[in-house]
Amino acid sequence: MKVSKEEIMHIASLADLTLKENEIEKYIINLQEILNFANIVNRAPIDDIDESVTGIEEKNVFRKDEIKEFDNKQGLLQNAKEVQNGMFKIPKVIN
Amino acid sequence: MELYELTVHELQEKLQRKEITSLDITESYLKRIEEKEPEVEAFITKPEKREDDSTSIPIGIKDNICTRDIKTTCASRMLETFIPPYNATVIEKLSKEGIKVFGKLNMDEFAMGGSTEYSYFKKTKNPWNLSKVPGGSSGGSAAAVAADMVPWALGSDTGGSIRQPASFCGVVGLKPTYGLVSRYGLVAFASSLDQIGPITKDVTDCAILLNAIAGYDEMDSTSAKREKIDYTKAIDKNINGMKIGIPKEYLGDGINEEVKQAILNVAKKYEKMGAKVEECELSIAEYSLATYYIIACAEASSNLGRFDGIRYGYRSENFTNLKELYKNSRSEGFGEEVKRRIILGTYVLSSGYYDAYYKKAQKVRTLVKKQFEKLFEKYDILLTPTAPTTAFGIGEKSNNPLEMYLADLCTVSINIAGLPAMSIPCGIDSNELPIGAQLIGKGFNEETILKAGYALEQELKFRQNYKPQFKK
Repeated sequence: MKVSKEEIMHIASLADLTLKENEIEKYIINLQEILNFANIVNRAPIDDIDESVTGIEEKNVFRKDEIKEFDNKQGLLQNAKEVQNGMFKIPKVIN
Repeated sequence: MELYELTVHELQEKLQRKEITSLDITESYLKRIEEKEPEVEAFITKPEKREDDSTSIPIGIKDNICTRDIKTTCASRMLETFIPPYNATVIEKLSKEGIKVFGKLNMDEFAMGGSTEYSYFKKTKNPWNLSKVPGGSSGGSAAAVAADMVPWALGSDTGGSIRQPASFCGVVGLKPTYGLVSRYGLVAFASSLDQIGPITKDVTDCAILLNAIAGYDEMDSTSAKREKIDYTKAIDKNINGMKIGIPKEYLGDGINEEVKQAILNVAKKYEKMGAKVEECELSIAEYSLATYYIIACAEASSNLGRFDGIRYGYRSENFTNLKELYKNSRSEGFGEEVKRRIILGTYVLSSGYYDAYYKKAQKVRTLVKKQFEKLFEKYDILLTPTAPTTAFGIGEKSNNPLEMYLADLCTVSINIAGLPAMSIPCGIDSNELPIGAQLIGKGFNEETILKAGYALEQELKFRQNYKPQFKK
């Protein structure tokens, strides 16, 4: 399994990460090594086998879409770096 | 004998007989922390002295479980200053039972690792030998219990993160069946695999703590609606006629010889106690580790997408627009291993590779479930080593991710199948490091593994025979 520099840059960008030059080299080697190891799943006898998304029973859980008051709004906002008028503040998105 | 040396059920007896107060317990532990924490370094947030009611019991909490008004860092720079505005459901449940948060414990960053070396803050040491790792990711929890700095603790287990450190530190650790304990307020790593569970000094304490935290929670849609069980009732020695299978794949290549011998010795003890023990086959074991890393990293890459520097968490000072704020905050806030797993997870989910890795892993998952189901038609429990080796040296594997992943060889398939499993100390190796035996049960059948664990504990008397020596 070969992973190119372009590929790793693309993946990092999808994951919203910026990699330094030395990190790129390192992660390429790591990723190749781990993928080579992970390739074993391609040898598993899985023809005609369905996929599972959890270990236990798989069922949908529905609930009513109801609004509940949260009792600690101050506690929520205290973790944000920038708050204005009781709301999270972000840099300007539209010019 | 000091109070900190006692188990929780022993402390509870003393409290009931009014021989001691809760304050005596707290003071004893605070004294012990002052003495041992400088060399073990298990805490991210140390407990404070308190003067409250006379019946509560303290508990150490892994630092990825949200505690209202107490910092919850996940051992990450990303959450270095995060103060949760709410309690995890397990914390609420404990509080109702008079069990109070007593410090927050170190871990691998975002629970990704097997040695607690990937913590942003500090490296926790193994109380049996301070040059060894305590295991991970719940290494702070296991080390604190082993060093008698907390009477018991909560950890979380995605691929072995409760059981493997319990094994390395010579304590009891249980990963409950997926859905038995609410995950609400547990910072998500891989949502289909994560479970919170007890790390304790003995099996009786494990049952008491499981009683306190198990149960349906409407805040976790994957939590199971089931009748309440009193797990302490499972605690008896009678395992006569119990059928125990030993998957031969977990006693073969890659398993240390001394560990293997210890497990075979456990098998002999079980036979002596009247159980029927035989070798069995779990051929899917070969594919489990790769399957686990594909699924866990895929889910992590999605779960960790929420850390963007806006509502909480680390925010970079270098940005000119919103996208840069996201990217730089994440790149500076996450550590090397977390980024490695996000990259791997994003890769296996990306177009062109989804079918080759993720989809295949989800199919293998079905196979793993089926093979366990089949084994449990024949056996009541399965016995394996918890980890392929005893505790390894600090720095020995931290630069080789794949080596580190191999430490999870015996534990990951249990999470893939959602089953319950417990690690229980079963001996020490020639370096005087503890060896853990893993008992695996049917889904929602924690009682049988507790029963088998208790019987083994009474037979081996590990706690009476061995104690951590804090070797330098």
